[in-house]
Amino acid sequence: MSESSMLEIFEEKIKREIKIEPREWMPDAYRKTLVRQISQHAHSEIVGMLPEANWIKRAPTMRRKVALLAKVQDEAGHGLYLYSAAETLGTSRKTMIDDLLSGKAKYSSIFNYPTITWADIGAVGWLVDGAAIMNQVMLCRTSYGPYARAMVRICKEESFHQRQGYEIMLTLAQGSQEQKAMAQDALNRWWWPSLMMFGPSDKESKHSAQSMAWKIKRKSNDELRQNFVDATVPQARLIGLSIPDPDLKWNEERGAYDFGDIDWEEFWNVVKGNGPCNKQRLDDRNKAHEEGHWVREAALAFAEKQAKRKAKKDKVA
Amino acid sequence: MNENKDWPLWEIFIRSRAGLNHKHVGSLHAADEDMAIENARDVYTRRNEGISIWVVESKYITASNPEDEESLFDPADNKIYRHPTFYDLPDEVKHM
Ligand SMILES: [Fe+2]
Ligand SMILES: [Fe+2]
Repeated sequence: MSESSMLEIFEEKIKREIKIEPREWMPDAYRKTLVRQISQHAHSEIVGMLPEANWIKRAPTMRRKVALLAKVQDEAGHGLYLYSAAETLGTSRKTMIDDLLSGKAKYSSIFNYPTITWADIGAVGWLVDGAAIMNQVMLCRTSYGPYARAMVRICKEESFHQRQGYEIMLTLAQGSQEQKAMAQDALNRWWWPSLMMFGPSDKESKHSAQSMAWKIKRKSNDELRQNFVDATVPQARLIGLSIPDPDLKWNEERGAYDFGDIDWEEFWNVVKGNGPCNKQRLDDRNKAHEEGHWVREAALAFAEKQAKRKAKKDKVA
Repeated sequence: MNENKDWPLWEIFIRSRAGLNHKHVGSLHAADEDMAIENARDVYTRRNEGISIWVVESKYITASNPEDEESLFDPADNKIYRHPTFYDLPDEVKHM
């Protein structure tokens, strides 16, 4: 079949909402975009464990500790689903991990901010997972089958993440003066970086239009950001916290909140590696990888020995 | 041993409840079949999603070629006589 007729079939499928599956023909650029996006998404899940793991041992109660532990374990699972989805496109796990460890691959910049108080764990669950959910719910309808299926599984698991975070914020907001101040301080620090999670504005986003045409993305960055603001502002009010944005205002005509300008300079600065924790995150990942080296080696040696033994036994029998 | 090699890739199938088929849920890397089952348990059944797991090393799966989709499956399209609705029966026959 000629390339142009394969392209026609591909485009027809996209148009008719038929998922693209691993071994089917797809344009190179579609494949490349997916590998980049899915592996970045996987890296974000993995690096995203670090700021939260920071508090597992210091969680204030057993209830909080088991919940946080389960959440962080889920994030590891999300990373694994996504790496597997990316591998169906022909890349290897090793290539992706190497790119993460060398700093060549990107992950969500939000994880380059520190979690300095317990309230930050509340803010991360509520806002960061909340923003991630907005994006991931949309991606359940993405055009590439394995990515969409991974997203459905992830979305099912995410809702407890956000609820446990919001519950932490609620508890602090109803607590002592200090606890309430701690919750407000966490919201102040995480609000703007959370809005940046949706990426550059539509005017600036270089990949957006093509991704929308291929139905990899189903909503634009600005649309998702607006949805997030509209969903989150009432949640903050409900627990008596205020959003750190003097320009935030309900717009009757649009039926949505107007909000202030995002500091894109800060955004690009963190993307380029100059955020508060970029170096620490990469160092921690590299250290974990190196320390796991002997485990990987031993497991493989053991597997080879077992296989040899089994082959010998089969021969005798 | 070289670190240039990933552990083999395994396809994971889960039976969610007694009476249902095992269904493909995704894949993962593991050094051997025992580890594949342990990892599958941790990755794919953290919330009671299954009661039984099959693992198959991915390289042993033979799949039909997507380009053969038409030649393999289109012939079934015009065999409507394989479906019960093809047959005209008197209305008096209620259940058949
Ligand atoms: Fe996640
Ligand atoms: Fe999450």
